[in-house]
This record gives sequence, structure tokens and C-alpha cells, in this order.
Amino acid sequence: MVSFSAVAKRYPGGQEALRDVSFALEPGELAFLTGRSGAGKSTLLKLIPAIERPSAGSVLVNGQNVSALKRAAIPYLRRNIGLVFQDQKLLYDRSVYDNVMLPLAFSSHPPKEAARRARAALDKVGLLSRERSNPIQLSGGEQQRVAIARAVVNRPALLVADEPTANLDAESAGRILDIFVEFNRVGVTVLIATHDRELVARYGKRVLRLEGGRIA
Amino acid sequence: MRTWLRQHRQALLLASRKVSFLNAVVIGIALALPAGGYALLESLRPAGARLALEPRISLFLEPQVRRADAEALGKRLRADPRIGAVRFIPREEALKEMSSVQGLSEVIGALGRNPLPDAFVVTSKEDIAQELARLPGVAHAQADAVWARRLAAAAAVVQLGLALLAALLGAALVAVTFNTIRLQVLTQRDEIEVSKLIGATDAFIRRPFSYLGLLHGLLGGAVALALVAAVLALLNREVGALAESYGSAFRFAFLTPAGAAAMLLGAGLLGWLGAQLSVVRHLRAIEPS
Repeated sequence: MVSFSAVAKRYPGGQEALRDVSFALEPGELAFLTGRSGAGKSTLLKLIPAIERPSAGSVLVNGQNVSALKRAAIPYLRRNIGLVFQDQKLLYDRSVYDNVMLPLAFSSHPPKEAARRARAALDKVGLLSRERSNPIQLSGGEQQRVAIARAVVNRPALLVADEPTANLDAESAGRILDIFVEFNRVGVTVLIATHDRELVARYGKRVLRLEGGRIA
Repeated sequence: MRTWLRQHRQALLLASRKVSFLNAVVIGIALALPAGGYALLESLRPAGARLALEPRISLFLEPQVRRADAEALGKRLRADPRIGAVRFIPREEALKEMSSVQGLSEVIGALGRNPLPDAFVVTSKEDIAQELARLPGVAHAQADAVWARRLAAAAAVVQLGLALLAALLGAALVAVTFNTIRLQVLTQRDEIEVSKLIGATDAFIRRPFSYLGLLHGLLGGAVALALVAAVLALLNREVGALAESYGSAFRFAFLTPAGAAAMLLGAGLLGWLGAQLSVVRHLRAIEPS
């Protein structure tokens, strides 16, 4: 599903974020990416939806070489990847429901089907009753769940989450990870970056540990 | 196809909510200047154009020339290949025509006899007035073309001025929408970034902005047409009274339906162009990081 081979990422200015990173994620797998802040977790995740391009090596997603992808092809790559960010990236000028509807605006689903999907996604994260609220009225954990609903509404085969539980209390964080595990159970490949090794240990899943830009 | 139509409808709906009426008024006032000038010029053109297109020479015959000689002269004129139309105006007809002009009938009545000679009016593209003046029986040849040409030249100058003004203000329209869309892109920065993250194509993100530019242009064009119509209506109230005193029914005419439609469409296109230039340029700068 995801395969990195000898990937390096150097930012302009010489800072080397990743060095010779190689790993593969099988379809249907769930893996945690751990490491201290600054270890290169975010950089690694950004290479998957082509937010960043590798300086060397190749990144394959679903058999497609993302590192060589043309600019115009990137949107179509991203439609198959659900992205969840530490800072949710919700839009606060519209309701929870409208936030989840965003990715459906350019899908080919008829309006009724789109509405049904949005409600189903909200239901899965337990927020159907808050669909009319503005995200600002929700707690941090609830906002993160809205972000997850938005990420899965197009039913992507791959979910990528960057520190989705940072800034959350243990209970909310556990709930968020449970949701990811549930999606994984129905076949979605999931990669979650987190620095919370205690939480990760509870799930007994594969762990990729980044240290100084290398897989340790 | 249905998806495509739906996306366009949604983009149009989205754009229509962001239309700024003030912006449309600014564009409208700018466009009203050349459009109004054009309408005024077109109204004045019929009188000028007719003269300018067929330079005329009036040949006044000597008073003692008899009708038969006049007819012979007419034949000669018609045979000349350089001369287009030839019209004979007998002195009686000239008198009648003159009497119909207000204020002159009393003057002519007081004269007691017809002071006017027979005349020919010929059209020619060539400058042959002096040559015609030497024909037997011709007392005087008057080339009308000179002042008609001057009028046409003056009209051409005004028209060129209006075209330059239109080009200038058209560029202003593009600049105004360019800037409006730039600000709109900046205020919607978050939305654009999120849209890119969830897989929206550039075309999809551009669409509402392009429609916004188009709507601003169209609305500005409509405001300009309304302004021109209002100004002409005001002018015509005064012009009507003035023209009537000269026994004329002259009125400034509004743009023709085709002219108005072209102006509306042109404004819309320029607005769209400004938006397109702006959004292509500014969207590149917003990339998720």
C-alpha cells in the first residue's frame, strides 16, 4: 500500500529531515510511527500525499510513484488518502456537517448519496447529533473526530494521521485511536504518527520508530 | 456531465453570495463613460455620416439659362464617369423647400419674385468642383464635401478618443477584479488550503473565483447601461425642447440592443479575465505545508 525505499528529505538550508528511510506498509495494516518531536515524523507523513517531495529515493502509494507525480495528478492521489492533522484544519465558518461534506463537493455522488455518506461518517465518529454545530463549539477531541469523519467520508483505502491525539486528555486520545482501529478492522490501511509510546503499547500493533531521520 | 453541471452550479451559487454591489458600481461608473460617449456619438452620426459618405457638389446655374439648356447640361453631367448621382433642382422646387423652413417664408414672400437659380446636385469622389464651375451656364460650384469631411474627421477623432478611453477603462476593470479576487483568495486562504489537502483540483478551486469575476463584470456592465440610460433620459428632456425650437425631433438614442448586449458581454469577459489572471497567480502561493 505504502512503500518507501531509500528516501531522503533535505529542506532548503541544508537541514536533513529524513535519511535513507525504507519500509513498506501492507494493505490492511495499521502501524504507528513514533519518535521524539523533530525526529521527522511529520516530514515522512507529508511525503505520502505529496505535500512534500523527497530529495532522494522513491515513495510508492498504491503502486503509484508519488515522488514523480505531476502537479495536476496530485489531487486525484489525495482523494484516495484520508488525512488527519494535529491541528484538525477544520473550517470554522460552517457547520460540522458542511465540513464533512467538503470532500464530496468534487466527487460524482448525487447530492442525496453525498448527504447520506456525510451522516454515516459522522455517525461512525459518534457526532451525528452535533452536525448542525459549529466546530468551534466542540471540544478538542470532538473536533479531531470531525476531522476523521471528513478524512473517511470518501472511503479512502489509506488513512494517514499526524499526531491526532496531541493536546488531548488520555480518555479522548484513547477514543480517537479506537476509531482508527475500527476503520482498520474493515480493511483500511492506517498510519498514525504519535510521540505517546504508552498509548501505542496498549494496541500491540506494528511500530516504526524514527530517530534522527532514520528508522531505528 | 451531471456532476460537472452540478459543480458549476454550486460554484456560481457560491460566487453569487460574495458579489459586492459596491464593486459593481465602481466598474459601472468606469464603463458608463465610454458607453455613454459612444451612445452620444452614434446619435449624432446619421446626420454627419450621410454627408461624409457622398461628397456633394452643388452647381448653381446662371439665372438666364433656359430649361432646355439646363437639361443638356444634365445629360453631359450624367455622361461623366467621375460623377455618381445627378439631381436637378428646379428653382421652383428650391423656393418651395426654402419656404418650408420656419421664418424664411415671410422673407421670401416679401421678395415678390423667386431669387433662386436652377441647380444641380452631383456626387463625386473626386475634387472636380472647379472644373465643373467652368461649364457653360454654371455660375458657381460649391463643394459641400469640405465641411462634411471636416465633420467626419472630427467624428473620427472623437471616436478614437472613445476607443482609447474604453481600452483604458477596460484595463481598469481587469485591474479592479484582479485585486478584488486577490483579496478574496487571501480571506479564503484556509478553505483553499483544506480543499487542496482533500484533493480538490486547481480548476475546482478556481471556479467560484472565476464566476465572481464574471458576475462583477456583468453587474458592472448592467450598472453602466442603467447609468447611460438615466443620463440620456435627463439630457433628452432638455435636448427635446431645444430641438423642437429648430423644428427637429432629434433625440439622443440609447445603445442598440446588439450594442448593449456586446457591452454587457464584454464587461463580463473582462471581469472573468481579471479573476482568472488573479486566481491563477495567487492560488499557486497557497500550498499546504
